[in-house]
Amino acid sequence: MNKPIRTISIFCLLLFVALMLNATYLQYWKAGKLNDDPQNRRVLVEAYSRERGAILVGNKPVAESVESDDQYKFQRTYPTPLEYAPLTGWFSYYSATGIEQSRNAILSGDDSRLFVTKLVDLLSNDPTQGGNVALTIDPKAQDAAYNGLKALGPNVQGSVVALQPSTGKVLAMVSLPTYDPNKLASHDLGSVQDTFDRLNADPTQPLLNRAIQTRLPPGSTFKILTAAAAIDNGLYKADDPVPGGVTFQLPQTSGPTGEIDNEGRSCGANNARIPFTQALAQSCNTSFAQIAIEVGAEDMAKTAEGFGFNSHYFDDLTPQAESVFPTDASEPEVGQSGIGQFDVAATPLQMAMVTAGIANGGTVMRPYLVDEEQSADLDVIEKTEPQELSQAISSSAASEVTKLMVATVNEGTASPAAMEGFQVAGKTGTAQSGQPDKPPYAWFVSFAPAENPQVAVAVMIQAADIPRGEIAGGTYGGPIAKAVMEAVIK
Amino acid sequence: MSQTSSSLMGFVHRRRRGAELFLLVLALAVGIGAYAAVGIGVQEKIPADLFGYGGWLAALVIVAHVVIRVVAPYADPVLLPVVAALNGLGLAVIHRLDLAKEAAGTKHDYAQQQLVWMTLGVILFVATLLVLRDHRNLQRFTYTSGLAAIVLLLLPMLPGIGKSVYGARIWIHLGPFNFQPGEVAKVLLVMTFAGYLVLHRDALALAGRRVVFVDLPRGRDLGPILAMWLVSLGILVFQRDLGSSLLFFGLFLVMLYVATERPGWLVVGALMFAGGATAAYYLFPHVTDRFDIWLHPFDYYNKNGDQAFQPVEAQFGMGWGGLIGRGFGDGDPNRVPFAESDFIVAAIGEELGLTAVIAVVLLYGLIVERALRTALICRDGFGKLLSTGLGSVFALQVFVVVGGVTSLIPLTGLTTPFLSYGGSSLVANWVIVAILLRVSDQARRPAPQLSDDTTAIGDDATQVVKLG
Repeated sequence: MNKPIRTISIFCLLLFVALMLNATYLQYWKAGKLNDDPQNRRVLVEAYSRERGAILVGNKPVAESVESDDQYKFQRTYPTPLEYAPLTGWFSYYSATGIEQSRNAILSGDDSRLFVTKLVDLLSNDPTQGGNVALTIDPKAQDAAYNGLKALGPNVQGSVVALQPSTGKVLAMVSLPTYDPNKLASHDLGSVQDTFDRLNADPTQPLLNRAIQTRLPPGSTFKILTAAAAIDNGLYKADDPVPGGVTFQLPQTSGPTGEIDNEGRSCGANNARIPFTQALAQSCNTSFAQIAIEVGAEDMAKTAEGFGFNSHYFDDLTPQAESVFPTDASEPEVGQSGIGQFDVAATPLQMAMVTAGIANGGTVMRPYLVDEEQSADLDVIEKTEPQELSQAISSSAASEVTKLMVATVNEGTASPAAMEGFQVAGKTGTAQSGQPDKPPYAWFVSFAPAENPQVAVAVMIQAADIPRGEIAGGTYGGPIAKAVMEAVIK
Repeated sequence: MSQTSSSLMGFVHRRRRGAELFLLVLALAVGIGAYAAVGIGVQEKIPADLFGYGGWLAALVIVAHVVIRVVAPYADPVLLPVVAALNGLGLAVIHRLDLAKEAAGTKHDYAQQQLVWMTLGVILFVATLLVLRDHRNLQRFTYTSGLAAIVLLLLPMLPGIGKSVYGARIWIHLGPFNFQPGEVAKVLLVMTFAGYLVLHRDALALAGRRVVFVDLPRGRDLGPILAMWLVSLGILVFQRDLGSSLLFFGLFLVMLYVATERPGWLVVGALMFAGGATAAYYLFPHVTDRFDIWLHPFDYYNKNGDQAFQPVEAQFGMGWGGLIGRGFGDGDPNRVPFAESDFIVAAIGEELGLTAVIAVVLLYGLIVERALRTALICRDGFGKLLSTGLGSVFALQVFVVVGGVTSLIPLTGLTTPFLSYGGSSLVANWVIVAILLRVSDQARRPAPQLSDDTTAIGDDATQVVKLG
């Protein structure tokens, strides 16, 4: 009977080998996939109970984990919740957004670059500790932007973005209305769900980060791009005369729908030529519609795309809405696009990039929000290196546009942004919402100092408690932009 | 068998009781260490009753060891330590799950009950070794134990004492006691098969026709196989117990093959199993469900009464444990329903990791290996079949339950020997180990005098001499 017993032994051996191989498959090869399964509550609870790293702005936390007495051990708290909510996002039992989500690996401590730290934690039987994320935000600029926008009233909807032109660092990013992430990070899961449902249903969309997610027609602020395209393509210089006029009938159109006017601003007689500086300073629609048509659909789109339109470039927060410039526009459509209407739609971040690109000699830097990732012991794991996105226009064209924008501040519609001791380059914008019951959108873009730019700002006011007739980029956006620029420079 | 004894000539096994004692110390270190680790991990302090608990555990295994020294001095030295380690680890994990349940608001003292069952198991272990001085005596009860096994298997079907638990009708209730008779029937069936086959092996092996390449047995010799097949199907159909059905039929096939040395039986049996399983898949909805959930667990998770919850949570838990586990107290093994019984391997995988799962599987492998080794060196056919049967039933059970928990095969309800919470299983397995030790004591003992041998054989059945 020994031969079959030996056969049975081999059979049993195979059974046990199969068990061990399968356990290895399950606990080693398949483990990652199982842990990534959104239905896996163990991972959720564990992540929720972990001491996450802090999100830092100028060495001060805007999100941190503090010990709590309940089963989750740590409570995520946001010391300056309303101002920084669009950046930090929230970390709740159910979901995470903002930096909490995009840098979850480092904050939770799961990042493979924290391997050594994790190994030490493991050997010393300490729970895993997350690393920190330091933002590029300049707290003073952020305060100025937040307070400035908030001062427009309790019902304001708008956004401010400030960039460092030479690097693409986001110095300020504000979106209103905002929300309190502390309420969404609470351990009282029932109230979290209620709060989320309420915020999510709010028609003013407080959960939306308008800086990167709201696309609106940029209106007259887009004229700096039209000017840049014209100069870069060699059509004009800053001191050349450009077409003016009280009204301009778009090609292939007739009647009032195809007629562009200047709402009474001084832009010369029809068929006359006016100085380029006057055209921009008075925000002459008639001039820029004609200039855009002269540049042509293809070159306009090329320059717009050089500045980042129609593309994805920002990953530190998600989702980034792609700003739109029509690629196949007809002549009248190009004319309208040249003054920031028709299908042109830009996020505040996009307009800040256009401004920063001009400020940086035509070189557009990729915008970034995360400056450093650090281990729990504050060792720098990764520092973001500035990255060139594109050379949108030549540096000489950029300095020509800068001259025009300086004139716009000094003697034109953008005067509210003028600062003592510095030359400021700026442009206002008031874009038609296209809906009769909605007031126009106010825009303002600027950078300073004009000769050595340190900051570029875009302000967008989508709605506010301001009488319809008084909505104008310069009046309301200008002072906010000025405050932000002052905060950075001084 | 003459071949066996001649190959053993000149080799005398040593008793190795000292080695057993040393291994027992290691096993106790595992059991008591795990208990202390549970206290440190979950409650952040060494359990207050560590000395009482450890002392009790140590006393139990030392008693077992001393009894072996006295009444079975040549018994295999590895079996008892392996069993002690598994039982100790199981107790610690059950204690850990008790604490988790307590934290969740429901109080259980499964671990204490299990310790009581272990004590009873060791008492029966000792009693078996004391009463059963020669395993061949069991051969007398071939038919008695067979009858007892069938009665035990039928008991849960009786109204009044039988009870359906989670679809399977395998429990009986007598007053305060709940009892799974299948666990005891398992041991009795091995005895019956061994007794029956050792008598009829030659008739089964030699008579028959050769069809193509397979030696088919005679029609009347097929009787017991058909009977066993029907019993297995009956368990499957009426008690809805996939695991036991597979276990009993597989056990019978293995023993039949070993007794007759004819692989043809395996072919016939495997075909019958395949046929029965296929028919069951199409005829019985609960078998269909189990199979489909095994194939696509995640499709069923969180849906339709959530039959996939248990296997999927077990997979999540084991994946979560990874290579070295979360550590006692840092996992959430209580998410898996019945983690303390059928799914205890998932709890071990989650908190102690793949390392511990492999270690546990290897310990089971050792038990099987020692059983089959005993079968190889055993001098009598009954002992060979008995220890082969006990070893195989162990291997099959571990494969079915661990394979089910880790989703290697469809899930069936069986206990994990020595680890799972459950009295019937624990006690029955301690008795199995006692029988194995008794057989190995006989097998490893220096060859007896020829005169003793003849008297022993005289009691046995007539030997058929193979010709050609």
